[in-house]
Amino acid sequence: MKILDKIMLIDRRWIYLAIGLAVIIPAIWSFEVPVTVSPEVKRIYDFVDQLEQNDYIFVAVDYDPSSLAELNPMTEAIINQAFAKNLKVVIVTLAQFGPGMVEEITSRLAANHQKIRGVDYCFLGYRPYPAITILAMGVDFRVPFPADYYGTPLDSLPVMQGIKNFGDVKGVIDLTAGNTADFWLIYGNGRYGFPLAIGITGVMSADYYQYLQSGQLFGIIPGVKGAAEYEDLVGFPGRGMEQMAYQVIAHSVIILFIIMSNVAYFATRTKKDKMGGGAL
Amino acid sequence: MTTGELILNGIAAFLTLCIFSFLYRDNPFYKFAERLVAGVATGYWTILLYHTNFTDKVIEPIFVYGQWYYIIPSLLGIMMWTRFSRKWSWISRYSIAFYIGISSGVSITVYLYTYLFKQLQATIATPITFDMAGLNMFLIVVAVLSALVYFFFSTPHKGVLGGISKVGIYVIMIGFGAGFGLTVMGRVALLVQRVIFLKDYFVVLFGG
Amino acid sequence: MKREIPLLIVGITGFAMLIQYFIPTDWSEFIFTYSQDWVIVIGILALPLGIWSLIKANVLKLKVPDERFYSAVLLAGFLAMLVTGTKRESLEAGSTFMTIFTNVLIPIQATIFSLLAFFIASAAYRAFRARSVLATILLVTALIIMFRFIPLGPISTANLSAVSWILSVPNMAAKRAIMMGIGLGATATAIKIILGIERTYMGHD
Repeated sequence: MKILDKIMLIDRRWIYLAIGLAVIIPAIWSFEVPVTVSPEVKRIYDFVDQLEQNDYIFVAVDYDPSSLAELNPMTEAIINQAFAKNLKVVIVTLAQFGPGMVEEITSRLAANHQKIRGVDYCFLGYRPYPAITILAMGVDFRVPFPADYYGTPLDSLPVMQGIKNFGDVKGVIDLTAGNTADFWLIYGNGRYGFPLAIGITGVMSADYYQYLQSGQLFGIIPGVKGAAEYEDLVGFPGRGMEQMAYQVIAHSVIILFIIMSNVAYFATRTKKDKMGGGAL
Repeated sequence: MTTGELILNGIAAFLTLCIFSFLYRDNPFYKFAERLVAGVATGYWTILLYHTNFTDKVIEPIFVYGQWYYIIPSLLGIMMWTRFSRKWSWISRYSIAFYIGISSGVSITVYLYTYLFKQLQATIATPITFDMAGLNMFLIVVAVLSALVYFFFSTPHKGVLGGISKVGIYVIMIGFGAGFGLTVMGRVALLVQRVIFLKDYFVVLFGG
Repeated sequence: MKREIPLLIVGITGFAMLIQYFIPTDWSEFIFTYSQDWVIVIGILALPLGIWSLIKANVLKLKVPDERFYSAVLLAGFLAMLVTGTKRESLEAGSTFMTIFTNVLIPIQATIFSLLAFFIASAAYRAFRARSVLATILLVTALIIMFRFIPLGPISTANLSAVSWILSVPNMAAKRAIMMGIGLGATATAIKIILGIERTYMGHD
């Protein structure tokens, strides 16, 4: 019984150490994890894949560095796919630290695919107040963004010739870690009705399946697992797939902890716990 | 990696380890990194706002393109700064009122459409057939109705209503459990990315 | 007049935006477009308030011996970004400004949030116990979702089907009910604001 009591009251720093070791092991002994593609991810891939050369897609990169672990892999996979298919890409960010990451990703991937800024893609930049910005972009991109991130007037950019608002793009993919996904759903798809898909963090994933079922979203990339699935589809393996081995070990350790703590709990449970234990 | 990149990534690795040191206990290295990021983040955002927002939406429209009507919203924006003064803070209410009024007005229709009409339509307008998809649809209707009953607090949850609300809370617990399971993946991913970064850096540093 | 005129502004603009949705004429689209444009400009000019508050608070903390060093670090970081970001070109990759962003801001922000992995493991260990029926349902569901990461051959295939069903049926239904409640609440709040019943945004006299 004493051991079980100790297990129940273990210092949290031992748990931190165990998790730390769990993520260091795959760094030393890496292994491949098979990825099964889920339908909601495949729908986004198929949507982009069926577009034709010079079709426009709109990518909203609405996350900060705090979420780049999960969202950078999917952003890169989508932009890689779009550039490989010679699509025209219009990018915006509604997250306050997003521009720096977008600038780094787009300049690197554009160089890899020999894409020219202003000709093959346009980075509009950042505006605060996502709801109002989305509503304004639905009228004309030039209302909130008279110039792009680099200060060039949109009217002088070849890639922005002939496109005015969301009606001129084939679809919008929003990659976000916060409630910007809600703003795109409410003010974007709700007001203007364009096809919308989202790439979101694991924390948010469970909250958006009802929009998939209702048709308000045509696809979801849920967290780093979704990113790995998308990388597998696109054929550009990246950080998403690299993370899977670590996820396997870390999840195994956490599941073990949960089972261990429940075994100790049931073994040490007293009559007093049984009578008072109604709430979570 | 060049020497310059090695040094810069070394700084990033050092700052990463400063934050990780918090796991043992709060310490000066953690506090240093925490305050540094607050200052750098504020500075970054200030510069970004100035060059891309203030210049493109205020300075250039008024002084370069001669769109003088932008002076009106600019004045309304400047009126917000009176919030710092106890005596004059009431002036900021005019700007706030303009913003709040417009935001509230546009949101009513789209909130109802997105959160209510489309969700109701998806719940009740899909036909229930005698196969797996149909069974799932039936379960969805039952689960949504029972979860909605759980949140209806105008009547005590007794009798039939109590039974339905109990089904509702079970459904909600499944939702929360699913959310927790996915949250673990998300949180672990954040840690894994930092471990991969440190691994890559130390391999280059010590491995050549 | 200090409260009445703002209430009138909220009522008129709110009602105008509400009925504009149902009047798709050129003049109503014109009003809609420029009202959004003006709100963006107002918002941009309001944002320096927060920046000023933070800087002012830390300048005052320079006088406090225990806080002096850390406030100086914050202000140094802030000034470094201001100095390196004077030109618009500094926003492009490769500049000193972006180098500081990439090697200071990104690693620290990312690492602060990565600590959550440890906290969630600790929280799962301490709090995730099957104390009741409801807790057991939550626990079992979470474990099924988490098991999908572990490759166990045919068990994994069955588990993936279970996960897919859980996410698209009971989880979806629960979240739908919650979001419908949120939507109704948000709509009611917006109506109360336009009618002047909800006035907390005005603060106190």
